[in-house]
Amino acid sequence: MTGTTGASGTAGTVRRRTLWFWVFVGPFACGLALFTYVPLLWSLALSFFDARNTVAPTDFVGLDNYVQVLRDDAFTDSLWTFLVFTAFIVPTTYVLSLALALMVNRVRRAQAFFRSVFFLPVACSYVVAALIWKMSVFNGVRFGLANTVLDWFGAEPVAWLSTTDPPWYWLVIVTVRLWLQVGFYMVLFLAGLQRIDPVLYEAAAVDGARPGWPVLRHITLPQLRATSVAVVLLLVINAFQAFDEFYNLLSDARGYPPYARPPLVYLYYTALGQGQNLGVGSAGAVVLALVIAVVTVGQARWFRLGAKDE
Amino acid sequence: MAMKRRALFAAGAGACAGLSAACGSATGRGDGGGGAGPALSHWYHQYGEAGTEQAVKRYAAAYGEADVSVQWRPGNYDQQTAAALLTDAGPDVFEGSPDLDQIQGGQVVDLTDLLDGVKHDFNPAVLAPKTYDGRVWGVPQVIDMQMLYYRKSLLEDAGVRPPATLDELVDAAKELTDSKVKGLFLGNDGGAGVLGGTPLHAAGLELVTAGGEVGFDDPVAARTLAKLHRLYADKSLLLGAPADWPDPSALLQGLTAMQWSGLWALPQVQKELGDDFGVLPFPADGTSGRPAVPVGAYGAVVSARSAHQEAAKAYVKWLWVERTDYQEDFALSYGFHIPARLSLAEKADRLKTGAAADAVRFATEHGHAQPLLWTPAIRTLYQDALNRIIKDGAHPEGELRTVVRKVSSELDRVKNAKKKP
Repeated sequence: MTGTTGASGTAGTVRRRTLWFWVFVGPFACGLALFTYVPLLWSLALSFFDARNTVAPTDFVGLDNYVQVLRDDAFTDSLWTFLVFTAFIVPTTYVLSLALALMVNRVRRAQAFFRSVFFLPVACSYVVAALIWKMSVFNGVRFGLANTVLDWFGAEPVAWLSTTDPPWYWLVIVTVRLWLQVGFYMVLFLAGLQRIDPVLYEAAAVDGARPGWPVLRHITLPQLRATSVAVVLLLVINAFQAFDEFYNLLSDARGYPPYARPPLVYLYYTALGQGQNLGVGSAGAVVLALVIAVVTVGQARWFRLGAKDE
Repeated sequence: MAMKRRALFAAGAGACAGLSAACGSATGRGDGGGGAGPALSHWYHQYGEAGTEQAVKRYAAAYGEADVSVQWRPGNYDQQTAAALLTDAGPDVFEGSPDLDQIQGGQVVDLTDLLDGVKHDFNPAVLAPKTYDGRVWGVPQVIDMQMLYYRKSLLEDAGVRPPATLDELVDAAKELTDSKVKGLFLGNDGGAGVLGGTPLHAAGLELVTAGGEVGFDDPVAARTLAKLHRLYADKSLLLGAPADWPDPSALLQGLTAMQWSGLWALPQVQKELGDDFGVLPFPADGTSGRPAVPVGAYGAVVSARSAHQEAAKAYVKWLWVERTDYQEDFALSYGFHIPARLSLAEKADRLKTGAAADAVRFATEHGHAQPLLWTPAIRTLYQDALNRIIKDGAHPEGELRTVVRKVSSELDRVKNAKKKP
């Protein structure tokens, strides 16, 4: 591009800007259309067809697939399980990562070190972490890490992932998820905390607010509102999209046990595994997408996302 | 202006279309490669035993009528082939067990005429699940089976004899369990996955009857499955072992006195334990019961998406029907399998003595393959119920009632489905 457009005038400038707009935006828009919108619409279409072992079905069945998937206890159970899981994991991750962020933010020395240490697990793959949790930390034999600790106190070894009463597998799932995620959200909170104007804290101190809970409640948390909304939104979506660590912790060559089965694992076995029932799988995916949409929109309303800060 | 923008947009859309076309045409098949005849791609799942990959590549290279390239595929192989059959990018020939929906959906090619004159030489137990409506959809390669391994010394020390009935197995497992060693290992899920329908066979029942009805709608089924829960409730089962049931490590490391595993584990067990082990079928239960072992075989299958179906069929016929020398080499030289050809199995010296001979006898006398009508959806239903019975102590009658109802409707669906052209 030359610096001056002189002779060609404004029309040329506009044309050139349009050209460059598409040069930069085009590939992205193209990828988005090809790999997101086309599959999305295709999946929506498949959900109305009897599509077994084919992506180009001809047998229109109306809402039959939706009826079938919603009548399947395995699917509705997985949705309920994950509503409960979300209700638990979102506040827990929120509180833990906020607590870590507050602590790291207060550290005067080696703050970068602590920030990195807590952030480091984020760089670990879910699959690798799940395998370490499954095979070394929480395996069921007496020389597993957790069972070795139990043994110090004279307790019997526990088969963490195979015991349904009490459901110890949740301990394994929740700890690996917290270990992997808390650091990431801590960094988001840290960024939020560092944007709070110190003048506010000084003013509060002058007004006689004691450091601790009152300051956290009336200054820090309100100032973190935008960050909190983003964090909670991401956490909710993440919880419903759970797949990696669940699949790697609980599945084996023969399938997946009928507990702690995330909706995506159910859909994987229905549509993408040997089942290849793409019609019912797509219907389930649409239902799941609607649930996520309702929950996130409801939550955005609740937090008044996008409303102007007073 | 607006015109131009539209033109640019159209150009962009054109580029998108080009990109998608490029994706679609990437067959990864390398058409027109060197060698005589059409290019065929042949998929195998990753066998663990050293030398197998080299062997199948050697067979492929020896074929003169087509240029066969072998793909050795690690990972979830059955899912990969199921997905690959939807596209043109899949294999021409692959080893697999085509399920009923794939056959009815016209995704695999009829191979009946390849077996003309030699059909009687294929083990009927593993040929049956490759047969639908009298047509053959896969040529069985080698037979795998599973059985119960036990440590003789541990049983002798505990004064327990090798269990001949399910009740004896439950008692033996309890007897053999102490603070260091568990009595029995049926996989980390407590047995629901690997045992599947085997306990029902051991109770004298079937998964699906010859007429295509549910074969376990019988009070006997609930009684037998309840005993599996006893094993779990007695804490006799090893759970959460670092290596799951296909790997004999738990038995070899002394974590368990008995373990369910595959025939493939036999060489390793023999090497590490010498004479200190024996093998058993899953023991019989009840008066009409009989011992049972699961058998299965991958077949050589031709994809209906193949551009060279006739060439692919000719190649499968050459390798898996005519070249019995290669079939023998494949079954016996690397891993440990029973040849799918009766004539080869009879000749095999390695299968004539010791535990290997027992295994062959179990497979012949007590072998059950999963019927073709036992679809993936049914498998999941049944396995979920069995899981709840074993681990949650769910009421077997109630669970089975639900399973029978759902399995019946799935069986009706597949029986009524028309085969697409």
